[in-house]
Amino acid sequence: MKIKRNDIYLILAVLAIALLFFCWQRYNGKKTTENARVIVEREGKAIGDYPLGTKEQLIFTDDYGKKNVLTIQDGQAFIEEADCPDKLCVKHKPISRNGESIICLPHKLAIRIVGGEEEEVDVILR
Amino acid sequence: MMKKTAHMGLFLASALILSYIESLIPFYFGIPGVKLGLANLAVLFALYRYGWREALLLNLMRILLAGFLFGNLFTIIYSLAGAITSFSVMCLLKQPDSFSILGVSIAGGVSHNIGQILAAYFVTKTAGVAFYLPVLLIAGIITGLLIGLAAREVLKYWNVRHDWL
Repeated sequence: MKIKRNDIYLILAVLAIALLFFCWQRYNGKKTTENARVIVEREGKAIGDYPLGTKEQLIFTDDYGKKNVLTIQDGQAFIEEADCPDKLCVKHKPISRNGESIICLPHKLAIRIVGGEEEEVDVILR
Repeated sequence: MMKKTAHMGLFLASALILSYIESLIPFYFGIPGVKLGLANLAVLFALYRYGWREALLLNLMRILLAGFLFGNLFTIIYSLAGAITSFSVMCLLKQPDSFSILGVSIAGGVSHNIGQILAAYFVTKTAGVAFYLPVLLIAGIITGLLIGLAAREVLKYWNVRHDWL
């Protein structure tokens, strides 16, 4: 069973879709302005909303006492500590760009960056 | 019939061993959901050796058993979502003269990741999970290709040397 022409087409199609999505994300998440905010959601309901510019440490506990510790500092947000089984949220790199997110599936928790308005102009020369 | 039952048992055992090996490797790429999908090797093999009914049975059994052995209820639901999507896609694409086992395996890997993203969406109800989509698509191609190559070699060998089993 040799590789077929259709296989190649399949690979190229998926690559194209991935690339398209990637570019779209880059374009959308190019910059976060100073108004960027960190949104915390559990099961799709917003349970927290903080400016990305602050230095803060927050503890989120669910109905079963399971907790995630969210740290916001230096314009980045990351999960410092969690008692979920897989710890994927803790290993996740800090997020700062518009649209980036950290998700803790076991605790149904999502941390999301929402950029303020996009800067229309980079610099104004006078 | 007896031989087939024995073979199915053998495949299930190897699928479980593959799941176990996978749980041993701290295979973390910085993105949740990326893994080799070694156990899919056994499923793919059963799909080509017997057919979709046997492969489906094998798939469900290994998810339940591996889930209870190495995971928890949560991982079972999560991997079930990926497995059902990838299995349906693989069955649909496995037509003569359409895709080779490599293409079927790649489609399986990619759709497995899409299924898991959908499951993650239903759990968290956050559209933010789509953020991982590009990486997971490409990871699906790579892991699918590797598993497809391995399954192809095993099938080749099986057809030559299975008399002693």
